[in-house]
Amino acid sequence: MEMTGEYRISAPRAQVWAALNDPEVLKISIPGCETLDMTSDTEMTAKVVAKIGPVKATFTGKVKLENINAPESYTIAGEGQGGVAGFAKGGADVHLADDNGVTVLTYTARAQIGGKLAQLGSRLIDSTAKMMADQFFAKFSAVVTERALIEAGGPMAAEPQSVADASSAASSGAPVQTAPRATASAASGASAAPISVGSGLPGWVIPLVTLVVGVIIGKYLL
Amino acid sequence: MGVEGIGQSVVRKEDKRFITGKGKYTDDIKLQGLTQAHFVRSPHAHARIKSIDTSAAKAMPGVVAVLTGSELVGDKIGNLICGWMVHSKDGSPMKMGAFPAMANETVRWVGQAVAVVIAETKNLARDAAEAVVVDYEELQAVVDVREAVKPGAPQLHPEAANNTIYQWSIGDQSATDAAIAGAAHVVTMDIMNNRLVPNPMEPRSAVAQYDSADDHLTLWTTSQNPHVARLLLSAFYNIAPENKLRVIAPDVGGGFGAKIYVYPEEIVCLWAARKIDRPVKWTADRSEAFLTDAHGRDHVSKAELAFDADHKIIGLRVHTYANFGAYMSLFSSSVPTYLYATLLSGQYNIPNIYCEVDGVYTNTVPVDAYRGAGRPEAAFLIERLMETAARQFGMSPADLRRKNFITQFPHQTPVIMTYDTGDFNASLDAAMKAIDYAGFPARKAASAAKGKLRGIGISCYIEACGIAPSKAVGSLGAGVGLWESAEVRVNPVGTVEVLTGSHSHGQGHETTFAQLISTRLGVGIDTVQIIHGDTDKVQFGMGTYGSRSGAVGMSAILKAVEKVEAKARKIAAHLMEAAEGDIVIEGGEVKVAGTDKKMPWALVALAAYTGHNLPDGMEPGLKEGAFYDPTNFTFPAGSYIAEVEIDPDTGKTTVCNFTAADDFGNLMNPMIVEGQVHGGIAQGIGQALLEGTVYTGDGQLLTASYMDYAMPRADDLPSFDIHHTCTPCPGNPLGIKGCGEAGAIGSPPAIINAITDALGHNHIEMPATPDRVWHAIHSRMAAE
Repeated sequence: MEMTGEYRISAPRAQVWAALNDPEVLKISIPGCETLDMTSDTEMTAKVVAKIGPVKATFTGKVKLENINAPESYTIAGEGQGGVAGFAKGGADVHLADDNGVTVLTYTARAQIGGKLAQLGSRLIDSTAKMMADQFFAKFSAVVTERALIEAGGPMAAEPQSVADASSAASSGAPVQTAPRATASAASGASAAPISVGSGLPGWVIPLVTLVVGVIIGKYLL
Repeated sequence: MGVEGIGQSVVRKEDKRFITGKGKYTDDIKLQGLTQAHFVRSPHAHARIKSIDTSAAKAMPGVVAVLTGSELVGDKIGNLICGWMVHSKDGSPMKMGAFPAMANETVRWVGQAVAVVIAETKNLARDAAEAVVVDYEELQAVVDVREAVKPGAPQLHPEAANNTIYQWSIGDQSATDAAIAGAAHVVTMDIMNNRLVPNPMEPRSAVAQYDSADDHLTLWTTSQNPHVARLLLSAFYNIAPENKLRVIAPDVGGGFGAKIYVYPEEIVCLWAARKIDRPVKWTADRSEAFLTDAHGRDHVSKAELAFDADHKIIGLRVHTYANFGAYMSLFSSSVPTYLYATLLSGQYNIPNIYCEVDGVYTNTVPVDAYRGAGRPEAAFLIERLMETAARQFGMSPADLRRKNFITQFPHQTPVIMTYDTGDFNASLDAAMKAIDYAGFPARKAASAAKGKLRGIGISCYIEACGIAPSKAVGSLGAGVGLWESAEVRVNPVGTVEVLTGSHSHGQGHETTFAQLISTRLGVGIDTVQIIHGDTDKVQFGMGTYGSRSGAVGMSAILKAVEKVEAKARKIAAHLMEAAEGDIVIEGGEVKVAGTDKKMPWALVALAAYTGHNLPDGMEPGLKEGAFYDPTNFTFPAGSYIAEVEIDPDTGKTTVCNFTAADDFGNLMNPMIVEGQVHGGIAQGIGQALLEGTVYTGDGQLLTASYMDYAMPRADDLPSFDIHHTCTPCPGNPLGIKGCGEAGAIGSPPAIINAITDALGHNHIEMPATPDRVWHAIHSRMAAE
């Protein structure tokens, strides 16, 4: 399974890069994220509570950052363990480009699943993971744009758009979705969160989401 | 009485309880203080276990115990064994890697048990299992036999270099090589036999109970052979001595081979029940069944069939790679060797055969016997070759077969087997007549007019059943004898109990075995009770597999009932003051031939038990036992013809007609035989068209539920046209050959021969899904 996506974020590249490396922003952007902790400069762990229908469960994941080329690109490798549900792991190449003050984020993510996830969920996971990745980026874009707006001290339109295509990187012909506009969470505030390296969520979210979806599929079907 | 005896289609006695929901299966067992087990299974196909943290799980509500493989080792529970020793052609013994009931160092397939949680309820056990943290170090996995034997492939077991269990061979290599080198025609094919998941309707289950006062264990389990299970649990797995262990296989909902073996879960339940001093139940869910029931087939072969200028076969050379999965299952070694290569002669006179078989470990579910066990692989190989040869020669496939049929019996093949009897022309004639083979061209034209492709395919199978005699299989490496036992107990009122070592899990023994008694003693089948599946009730027996319960199991009953009759005749002769030789037993009466003297059967029985007036020196009672060891395998054979229609736009294959003409020797109950054939053909069509087991390269099983693994459904199947021919089996007193597996053996080649006939494209792998068929059509069109 390989997923690609492109997002235009109305904020300078340096600011997007900082946000991508800001555990606080990422925590807000991941639905149900309870904790996001640095375990080293390039590693972190997260705990996510997901609730779909009657099923609510807690999942843990680990992520590692490689090939850091600030503020332009990095490669991330993530892994989520779901106990009896199996595992999901993946990697992603994330790239930020400046387009006249707007930042274009592109990623190519690969995910691998095992155990019950592979046995039951392999054909359901792609679409759901893509949907949830879109949710993440919509939220992330909104938060970053809101911050940029506050820092600029003036009105600036947020234009979160996503082009995500699970099947191929050649997504130029894919329909452009306008992600739902999300109001920035109060928690983002104006506080300057410490900038830290090593939280490659855009790619890492996919294995984790995959895991969540798989566990839920597993619980329903068994 | 006439409608209840041998050869009558008596309605199955056992069906009343099955169709009214009154069957009593292992999962129905309820015991005071019962706990539930849930296994933690590896999500990785190959990994080293770095640590297992059970502390959080142990602290969860309702959890009684969390046990791991290291504790199994601590309690000296034995590793699982393969019970049939096969030697490589260089004389070295097979390379058996250690197979612990729960892995404690390395996991080798997705689904292997690493820990068990025992809790008050199933859901609590399941929840706690999620809290068991296993830290794995992933290793490279290999799932394809051709990759597994290559240098540098991931290695599964230190005992088996290049993942090779054995390199076995049978037959005369130099004579076969010479025949092929000098042949006028050689047909060469690469042939795959797809891996199948058995899918009995009832998943496996085990309930273990420990009586601490007597230090005695009882196991209820889904077994086809409870005595063999007890023997293994006692002698090899160190669970308890046989006198302290009772194994009960109550109603069992289908087996197909997958329930022959003792699995890790039964061992763990017994061990845990003693450890926690409470009963423990485990029942597989369907996902666990996909991941743990021994799979079937999975061969990759290269085969060459050589003919002289007159189209007579002069040699067959085969090299097969057999996928064993991650460990050697109980009878796995025998399936691709003595149950496969020994049947490669098919129905044909083949003077030279040489077959090499490489048994190979891969990171997949262990593979063992599944309905047919080796014989479907042999029949598929030889019947695909014959059909292909006929096409290459421009001959009728029937004529080429007839030209090479064995017609003189007994016939010694070059690969061990001595066929005792048969009439292969008779069954081919019957099948061709029934399907109107001559009318096929008109039906093909009619299909073509509708834009459809129609094809017809023949399969002439032979198989070996009974899996006996003991001396012969012993010399080939079997760890057990393959005889059967029976005890016939006549009660004081004349009713009869038959205790059989055979086990019924769908075969209808309660009816057919009673029919035998009814015929011999002249009593109604309702007065006969068949008792099986309990080591405390029944004398040691070998269980049911290999279509053996009729030929071997019933022969043992016959021997026992003959002893009962002999004693009854003595008693009756004494009571009626007649010569013993004049006494006949029929119609519920014991008569003096040629006179009007007679007495009811029940009074003879009563006399045996009152002991008031028995011949001098005779012991009271009327109960006899017997062990029957057959003199040869039996050889059911037949001809199957399939007719298919393919939609070239979608690639979908419809089986329009399917005719079977089987020679099973004498039939005990034609209705039950027909049911066995129906089921077998359905499974064979499932293999040919639907059932594909798909692993990713890293060992994840993608087809692990009915969403992805297609089982045959009623609308995938035509109404089968079943016929019988009969050459009674000379090897057993009832003349029975066995019918349980034939349908699954004979049908896949018939279907694939029909599809390739329709397509005019000879290469298609099973399962012939619409996708594969469509691609075959389009690759042919592209080639043209």
